[in-house]
Amino acid sequence: MTGSAEGIGARVTRREDKRFIIGKGRYTDDMNVAGMCHAAFVRSPHAHAKVASLDADAARAMPGVIAVLTGEELAADGVGNLICGWMIHSKDGTPMKMGAWRALEHETVRHVGQAVAVVVAETRAQARDAADAVVVDYDALDAVVDSLDALKPGAPQIHPEAEGNLIYDWEIGDEAATEAAFASAAHVTRMEIRNNRLVPNPMEPRSALAHYEEADEHYTLWTTSQNPHVARLVLSAFYNIAPEHKLRVIAPDVGGGFGSKIYIYPEEMVCLWASKKTGVPVKWTSDRTEAFLTDAHGRDHHSEAEVALDADNKIIGLRVKTVANLGAYMSLFSSSVPTYLYATLLSGQYDIPAIHCNVKTVYTNTTPVDAYRGAGRPEATYLVERVMETTAREVGMDPAEFRRKNFVRSFPHQTPVIMCYDAGDYDASLDAALKAIDYDGFAARKAEAARRGKLRGIGLSCYIEACGIAPSQAVGSLGAGVGLWESAEVRVNPVGTIEVLTGSHSHGQGHETTFAQLVSERLGVGLDTVSIVHGDTDKVQFGMGTYGSRSGAVGMSAISKALDKVESKARKLAAHLMEASEGDITLEGGTFKVAGTDKELPFFQVALAAYTAHNMPEGMEPGLKEGAFYDPTNFTFPAGTYVCEVEVDPETGKTEVVDFVAADDFGTIINPMIVEGQVHGGLTQGIGQALLENAAYDADGQLLSASYMDYTMPRADDVPSYRLMTTVTECPGNPLGMKGCGEAGAIGSPPAVINAITDAIGTNALEMPATAANVWRALKSAQPAQAAE
Amino acid sequence: MANVTMTVNGKSVSKPAEGRTLLVEFLRDGAGLTGTHVGCDTSQCGACVVHVDGKAVKSCTMLAAQADGAQVTTIEGLASGGELHPMQAAFREHHGLQCGFCTPGMIMAAVDMVNRLGAPLDEAAIRAELEGNICRCTGYHNIVKAIAAASETMAGMKTAAE
Repeated sequence: MTGSAEGIGARVTRREDKRFIIGKGRYTDDMNVAGMCHAAFVRSPHAHAKVASLDADAARAMPGVIAVLTGEELAADGVGNLICGWMIHSKDGTPMKMGAWRALEHETVRHVGQAVAVVVAETRAQARDAADAVVVDYDALDAVVDSLDALKPGAPQIHPEAEGNLIYDWEIGDEAATEAAFASAAHVTRMEIRNNRLVPNPMEPRSALAHYEEADEHYTLWTTSQNPHVARLVLSAFYNIAPEHKLRVIAPDVGGGFGSKIYIYPEEMVCLWASKKTGVPVKWTSDRTEAFLTDAHGRDHHSEAEVALDADNKIIGLRVKTVANLGAYMSLFSSSVPTYLYATLLSGQYDIPAIHCNVKTVYTNTTPVDAYRGAGRPEATYLVERVMETTAREVGMDPAEFRRKNFVRSFPHQTPVIMCYDAGDYDASLDAALKAIDYDGFAARKAEAARRGKLRGIGLSCYIEACGIAPSQAVGSLGAGVGLWESAEVRVNPVGTIEVLTGSHSHGQGHETTFAQLVSERLGVGLDTVSIVHGDTDKVQFGMGTYGSRSGAVGMSAISKALDKVESKARKLAAHLMEASEGDITLEGGTFKVAGTDKELPFFQVALAAYTAHNMPEGMEPGLKEGAFYDPTNFTFPAGTYVCEVEVDPETGKTEVVDFVAADDFGTIINPMIVEGQVHGGLTQGIGQALLENAAYDADGQLLSASYMDYTMPRADDVPSYRLMTTVTECPGNPLGMKGCGEAGAIGSPPAVINAITDAIGTNALEMPATAANVWRALKSAQPAQAAE
Repeated sequence: MANVTMTVNGKSVSKPAEGRTLLVEFLRDGAGLTGTHVGCDTSQCGACVVHVDGKAVKSCTMLAAQADGAQVTTIEGLASGGELHPMQAAFREHHGLQCGFCTPGMIMAAVDMVNRLGAPLDEAAIRAELEGNICRCTGYHNIVKAIAAASETMAGMKTAAE
C-alpha cells in the first residue's frame, strides 16, 4: 500500500453529495421516456377475502386508459409466482410450507393492500381515477393478525399448503445439554419478550419504470433496488419475464433501503409485464400508504427466554422459544431472518456453554415480513440484552459487572449456535462506554433528576452482530438459494484514470467516496481520477448488492483483490519498461520507482504503455483491466457497548433520551465521517423502535398506522446528539480487516433504551414502543405492588 | 385546462394544469425540476419544501393554481452563479445527507429557518424547528450541525452585506 491523504482512514467529504444538494439526484421517479404511461394498482381493502368478481368495463372506458390487466391474464401469460429464496427445514426434516404468491391475485387476497389488478393510463391521475372505478366484489373471510393467535386451533387457515398457518418449526443448538444446564442451575431468570413490528420507511418510495422494446424483444427496468443483478436474476429465472440478456435492470440513485429494497415485489414485475402487454413504457411510483401496505415489514417476534446461572452467576444455559410472524406470504429472504440471522446470535458477547432455540414461523393476514436493518440480529440482541439486564437485577449484581463476568475473552470462540467469533475485545468497548458516560457518577445524576421530579435511568447493551454476509458454501449448506460473494472490476484507462465496477449498490452509504478511497490508498492516485460504477446490469458484471453490512467487508475485499491483480501487472510492466527487476519496483504516491536509483515512471504512463502495447514483456497481454470475485471465509463480528440515559416524567410517562454513548468495534475504518453517519442513523432507527414506532393492526387486519400521521417516525426533537467512539480489533477474515458498520446502531440501541427506562421506573413490565402512554401504564401498574411490599 | 404561470428560479414557467394539480407535480412534471421530492403525500415529511414568495411551503399540499403568479424557488435555484448556498455547502461539509432524498426539502426548510429566526441557532431550536422534516438516514445529528454552521455563515454574509 502506498498511503494517501485521501486513502484509508481519511475523513474526506463525499463525492456524491453535490448532485444531491443542488437537486440533481437521479432517482427512478425522476426518469421519463417518450410515450411513457402510468400504472395504478387496484388493491384489496380486506385482509382476507375471496375475489368473487372483478368488473373493469367502466374503468376501461375512462379518459386516457390504455388497459386494465388482471391476475387471470398474468397467470395465463405464464408469469411465475413470487418466491422465497432460502429453504428452511423443520426439525422433523420437512421443508418449509410456501404458499403461492401471485403478483396480481385473482382468487384469494390475504392482506390489506394486496394488488388484484393494474390500470395503465396516460397520466398518473387518470390511472388512479380508473383504478378507483374498477369494481371488485369480495367475499370476506375471517382474518388473523397476531402470530400466536394464528397458531391456535380453529384460527383462519391462510394458505392450503401450510396447515395451522405453521410455515416451519425449526431448532438450533443442543436441547439435551441445555436441559441439563437448567437442571443444575442455581438461578433461572424467565422472561416473555415481544419485538414490535416495524415499517422500514426509506424516504424514497419504491418506484419502477419498465420499457419493453419490441424490435429487440428487450426490457429495461429502472427501479429502486439494493441489488439490481439479483432483481434481474429473479425476474428472469423465476418470474419468466425475459432471459437475463434481454433484461437490463438499472438502480440509479436510490433514496434509502434498509432492507426493504432487496426484494422483488409484485409491482415492479407487473410493470415489466404490462409494458409488453400494452406496448408502452410503464411507470409506477408508490405513495406512502401503498409503501406502508406493501413494503416488507420488519421484526414481529414473540419469545420466551430463560437463562440458567451457576452459583457463581456464570451463565450455563440459554433456552429460547420464538414465534415469528412472516405475514401473508414468504418474502424473498424472510425464512432466513428468524433462523440463521437471529438464533445464531443468541450467544451475544457471552461464553454460554449450552443454548437451544426453537423458532416457529407463521402466516398471518398482514403485510409480508422480511429483513429490515439488522434483520434477526436486532431481535437476538434485544432478547439477550434484556435478559442480561433483568438477570443482573434479579441476582443483585451490577449489570456491567454481570456482563463482564460472562464475556467471551479468547478467540476464535465457537458458540453453540454455529457462529465462530474471530476477533473482538468486549472489555475494551465496555470500558470506553462506561468511562464516557461516567457510570460511577450516575447515582448523583439520578438524585439530581429526582430533585427536578424526574426519574432517571441508565441502561446498557453489549451487542454483537454477524455481517459481511456471507460465505457462499456455508450459507448454501444452510439453505440459501444464492452465493453471497461480491464482484469487482478495476478498469485502468489509457490515460490512467480508473473506473471501478462494483456489484455493491450505494443508496446512501457513500460508496462513490469510500471505494475510491481504497483505490487512492492502494495506487496513490487522487480521488478525482477514480469513478465508481454501480447499479446497472448492462455496465457491471454480476454482483450480489448491498445489505447485511456487506459492502465494505465483502464488496471492498473484491475491489482489493482486483487491485492486487492490477498492481501486479502494472508492476511487471513498469519493471520491464525501466529494465529493472520486479522485486526492486516500489509504488509510492502514484509513481513506480526502482529502489536505489532515480528511475521512476508515473502510474498513468505505465497504463498508457499497457494500451499502446509497443513494448510489453514476453507473453503479457495488452491492457490494464482486472476483475475479481471475493467470497468471504466467515461472517464478520462487529460488537460494542451502548449506554443510554433517560429521564421519565412520572406525571406523563414521557421519556427523554438525555445521553447516549456508543462504543463500537468495526475493525478497520475507511472514512470515520461516513461510519459515524451510519451509526447516527442506525441509533435513531433503534431508538425509534424502542420509543415510537409500531405497525399496529386491528383485529380485522387493517393497518392502523399506514401514514406518517399515524406511524411515529423519529424526528429531530425525539433524539439527542450522540457521543460516539470506536475501539478496534481488526477482522482477520478479509484483506482490509473490516467488519461493517451499517446495522450496528439499529441492532444495539433498543435494549439500551428499554433497560434505561425500566431502570428509571422500577418495573420491568414494559414493551416496545415505550410511548408515554405505555410507560405511564407501566408506572401505574407497578405502584400498587410497590405499595404492598 | 387553464394555464398556470409562475416564476420558478427566476424564469417564467407557463403550463396547462388541472385544477387538482399539486404545486410539486407542476414543478416536477411541468417544469422538469425533479429536485423537489414527494415522500409522504400527507404534508409530514417535508421532502417537497420549496419557497413560495420567500416562505417555505410544502409543495405537496399546495395546488399549482394557488401559486399562479408567485415567485417560486426550488433546490435547483438556491445556488447562485455556480456557487453553493452556505446551507448546501454546510450539508456537504458536515455530512448532513446520506441517500439525498430528504435533502432538498431539508435544505429549503433550513434556509427558511435561518431567514425567519436569524443566527446563531442553537441545537434545541434547530431540532424543534425541524419538526416538519423527516430523515431516515442521518439520525439528524449531522443535519443539526450543518444548519448551526450555516446559520453562522449566513449571519456573517448578512453582516458583510450591510
